[in-house]
Amino acid sequence: MAQDDLYRTVVLERARAPRYSGPLAGAQMRGEGSNPLCGDRVRLQASVDAQGRVAALRHETRGCAICAASADLMAERVTGQDRARISQLHADLATAVETGMAPEGLDELSAFAPLHRHRSRIRCAMLPWSALVEMLNDDKDR
Amino acid sequence: MMDQTVASPADIAGSLRHIRADFPILSQKVHGKDLVFLDSAASAQKPRQVIDAMADTMRTQYANIHRGLYWMSERTTEAYEAVRDQVAAFLGAGAREEIVFTRNSTEAINLVAHSFGSLLKPGQVVLVSEMEHHANLVPWQMLRDRTGIELRVTPITDDGALDMDALARNLSDGRVALVAITHMSNVLGTITDARAIADMAHAAGAKVLFDGSQLAVHRRVDVRALDADFYVVTGHKLYGPTGIGVLWARREILEAMPPFLGGGDMISTVSFERSTWASVPHKFEAGTPAIIETIGLGAALAYIESIGFDAIGAHEEALTAHALKALGNVSGLKVIGTAPDRGGVISFTMDDVHPHDIATLLDRNGIAVRAGHHCAEPLMRRLGVSATARASFGIYTTPEEIDFLAATLEQIRGFFV
Ligand SMILES: Cc1ncc(COP(=O)(O)O)c(C=O)c1O
Repeated sequence: MAQDDLYRTVVLERARAPRYSGPLAGAQMRGEGSNPLCGDRVRLQASVDAQGRVAALRHETRGCAICAASADLMAERVTGQDRARISQLHADLATAVETGMAPEGLDELSAFAPLHRHRSRIRCAMLPWSALVEMLNDDKDR
Repeated sequence: MMDQTVASPADIAGSLRHIRADFPILSQKVHGKDLVFLDSAASAQKPRQVIDAMADTMRTQYANIHRGLYWMSERTTEAYEAVRDQVAAFLGAGAREEIVFTRNSTEAINLVAHSFGSLLKPGQVVLVSEMEHHANLVPWQMLRDRTGIELRVTPITDDGALDMDALARNLSDGRVALVAITHMSNVLGTITDARAIADMAHAAGAKVLFDGSQLAVHRRVDVRALDADFYVVTGHKLYGPTGIGVLWARREILEAMPPFLGGGDMISTVSFERSTWASVPHKFEAGTPAIIETIGLGAALAYIESIGFDAIGAHEEALTAHALKALGNVSGLKVIGTAPDRGGVISFTMDDVHPHDIATLLDRNGIAVRAGHHCAEPLMRRLGVSATARASFGIYTTPEEIDFLAATLEQIRGFFV
């Protein structure tokens, strides 16, 4: 079997040994996203700094490798970023999985671009991101 | 061999080549690989006989039925009604009037829940099992919420068989009006002992409905030998088209039931004050039916009969035994459902690899399996899993395809573990 370009080493590694999983001490925000169709669930905890940037993010993911790896790579990527940059990354990832072409600057997140040929799995990769954006928006509204 | 009803493995291998040649889709490529279609339990592929029958109808002999006074309409009506006879023979029904065409199994069960259900009184019980497809659970929940009947659930044993002792206990208070149970589980492959269930239900004064969506594909159904009261099947799993299913029920029960949907075709007379109903089965067939699909179903049943359930049964039994052995050899793979009587539907998990990842990686190799909760969420909870992967077989499935599945699964596991 050919090594699958979707299940690249980075995806498998992060699914197997996540670096950003677990609860976050001193979390200021909590969020959750779930997909009732497949039972995937992502729980997020975050803290933000004085400038409104994500200082730390942790996830607890129950789901497939795509979802788990996406949550872990997301946590790594958004640390130190503000809402505007996070929205941009979210949009760029959405473009990548829809078209198979990764906008510049997506870097490791472009691992998910092959999902455009597995459309039923796109929501697995997007679930952590929609949970994050929702959590940040809820916090802004408060 | 003299006995024509027993097919040897060589006969089956030979006829398998012919059978596969009848299914144009099997020569398609997926991601550049040969299609290995192991999701027939969700919906089966269609032989050219079905495709041609439907296309020929539209090309040469199509008009609305039961109403036109002209040649085309009369011929189409004949073709449509001939399928009713075919279905009656296929299910062993006592009369063609006992065959009601529906959209699928789901609609057939909803028809019973609405119509037969409206005759039930608060306090009466509908009894289902823990391994029902949502199609044979949700309509009864809706009936319960509408009318105040009670919905009771009979558990399964740990190997995935129906718990017959619990069934007896559930029937013992004499309040059960209907037992509605699957004849073959779409998750576990379990085949239930329908005749025994019917006898127990009848002894307790209850009617019995069997969801034959899966079973009718694999074994001959004889509704009279089973002593059933209702039986439902769905065309698209029977190598026929989507949009056509069947409710069989005893004539006297159908006659006592009020109509389901109202409209054209199901009436006898109509005035602004009131209408009277057509006789069965037309009372339950409002509006223009799925004419082309029904003719397609007729072609599918003729195709199945031309192979015969003896050959189908022998093929699938051999295939299932082969698959249980081959999959059992895959490291970390656990088959979910080991009831003694089972068919060619095999659910499994593999270590901690998520079933969706299994399905996607199999798909990359051209192998189509289902992954998820299989429209049976309560059953998944009972089994303590959130999802499984499921391979299911049809008349065109080969042992080589199963070997390829097992080998690919072993490789997938190597990715993750
Ligand atoms: C056991 C069982 N019952 C009912 C159904 C529903 O069939 P349909 O969707 O054709 O109504 C299915 C199909 O998934 C099934 O496997």
